[in-house]
Amino acid sequence: MIRASQVVKRFGSSDKSVTALDGISIDIEEGEFVSLLGPSGCGKSTFLRCLAGIETATTGSLLIDGKPIDGPPDRLGMAFQRDALLDWFDVLENVLLPADFGGKRKRDYEPRARELLAMVGLKGFVNAYPRALSGGMRQRVAMCRSLLLDPRLILMDEPFGALDALTRDQLNVDLHHLTQQRRMTAVFVTHSISEAVFLSTRVIVFSPRPGRVVADIRIGLPRERRLAVRESKEFGDYTRHIRGLFEKMGLIHD
Amino acid sequence: MIEIPAALWSSFRRSSIPLLGALAFLVIWEIACRLFSIRPILLPSPLMVLHELAASPAWFAEQTIYTVGITLAGFAAAVVFGVLFAILIVEWKLLERLLFPLFVGLNSVPKVALAPLFIIWFGVGDTPKVAIAFLIAVFAVVIDTALGLRSVPPDTIDLARTLRGSRLKVLLRVKLFCAMPHLFAGLKVAMSLALVGAIVGEFVSSQRGLGYVILSAQGMFDTPRVFAAIAILAVVGVALIAAVTVIERLAMPWHHSTERHEHWRITGPK
Ligand SMILES: Nc1ncnc2c1ncn2[C@@H]1O[C@H](COP(=O)(O)OP(=O)(O)OP(=O)(O)O)[C@@H](O)[C@H]1O
Ligand SMILES: [Mg+2]
Repeated sequence: MIRASQVVKRFGSSDKSVTALDGISIDIEEGEFVSLLGPSGCGKSTFLRCLAGIETATTGSLLIDGKPIDGPPDRLGMAFQRDALLDWFDVLENVLLPADFGGKRKRDYEPRARELLAMVGLKGFVNAYPRALSGGMRQRVAMCRSLLLDPRLILMDEPFGALDALTRDQLNVDLHHLTQQRRMTAVFVTHSISEAVFLSTRVIVFSPRPGRVVADIRIGLPRERRLAVRESKEFGDYTRHIRGLFEKMGLIHD
Repeated sequence: MIEIPAALWSSFRRSSIPLLGALAFLVIWEIACRLFSIRPILLPSPLMVLHELAASPAWFAEQTIYTVGITLAGFAAAVVFGVLFAILIVEWKLLERLLFPLFVGLNSVPKVALAPLFIIWFGVGDTPKVAIAFLIAVFAVVIDTALGLRSVPPDTIDLARTLRGSRLKVLLRVKLFCAMPHLFAGLKVAMSLALVGAIVGEFVSSQRGLGYVILSAQGMFDTPRVFAAIAILAVVGVALIAAVTVIERLAMPWHHSTERHEHWRITGPK
């Protein structure tokens, strides 16, 4: 579905430019859940923004369904680190925003919005303003918003980065259910190795800037996942392997 | 018995402390006038001013209504024009480069100096006064609205782009709401400036309004009347800004911070 080959992204003018991505080649199949792991500043967000069509690659090619990306693709859902909820709309209006912006009738999508909110336990907060919600609740709303129009491709940039471990676990489970329910392709940026392994069918590890692909690991865990899977031996093998990669890059020391 | 009045008492205390300050000021003023037997033509005592007001309340009310009317008309024109102009220059970069420097240039002309010109153009009716109030107030509206329209957080801009919203949708659903806190800060300043403009207009040419009252009373060395008009202006100024604050709260029900942070902020004319 996605085919990136030799994607290079440089920022700034030629004499003092910053190379954020240095030859990224990745193929992503329909229905895969791919996590991007890597040290801070290695270009994960930049790559995601290129996929979203809000940043253009300096050189290299980036195709979706065989067509070059030249703007936000059809049926795209996106979630951001700072949930980007609109403070002046209530929860329901926020979730309905993609329908509104897409020029669709909001009323047609209201049942779906309510269903999504109920699935993440926010039934009672449909008419609350975002100010009245906790960080975890806000991210759930943002998640529902990105899923409203049944996207084929969902891009998430550290959506749970600012949450405590417990809330984060719960949201991982919620996200897993939501993406499992309708098979969609997901690209997920995170700093958490165990989050990446838990959610993904594939984990891609980036090097420090300029970003290159260091490892591309298939996660052979059963597709249906419960939190208990994290206690299993295979899970531990994957996280240990990835942590080893970070140690080799000199990013973690004991 | 204790709990319910506690909230009442605290809100009463909060609103009464500034009043207490004003009252103490008036008392000292009154005492000073009597103690040093200051001549009323220089500085009338508060009671004398009150007496002056009480002597012809209907007449003062009429003048006040006239001035407030001019102020509100100028203010309304400034809001409508200012917001539209800000939207135009923010949405079309070319217009900004074309018109904004000119606008800033015009603003640096002291607007009071234009007042006589307006009399020539618009005659001696209400129009020149409204025009002056408008001209003095509009700059604050434009600057603050433009600032607000540009204050959309980067993530929100990205969101709007990935949702492929039309420019109109982005403006109506995102930018205008982002601009509201700035807009209202600008409106408070604009309201006080519109009042200044109305008074200036009445100074230059008028047979009515508080500006006219001040000018004509000064001609007759009727200082208590001058003070009476100034006292009314002070109250009117505070009331008009309070009205904007009330509208602000009603317009932004999601915005709780207005209550907490801006309690002590007084925005007045510079
Ligand atoms: N608009 C920009 N202009 C200039 N440089 C940029 C811009 N956006 C990103 N960069 C640079 O590109 C590099 C990669 O940034 P990016 O945000 O993609 O990193 P990241 O992997 O997402 O990091 P983090 O994990 O901290 O979010 C950084 O060095 C950053 O300074
Ligand atoms: Mg990032």
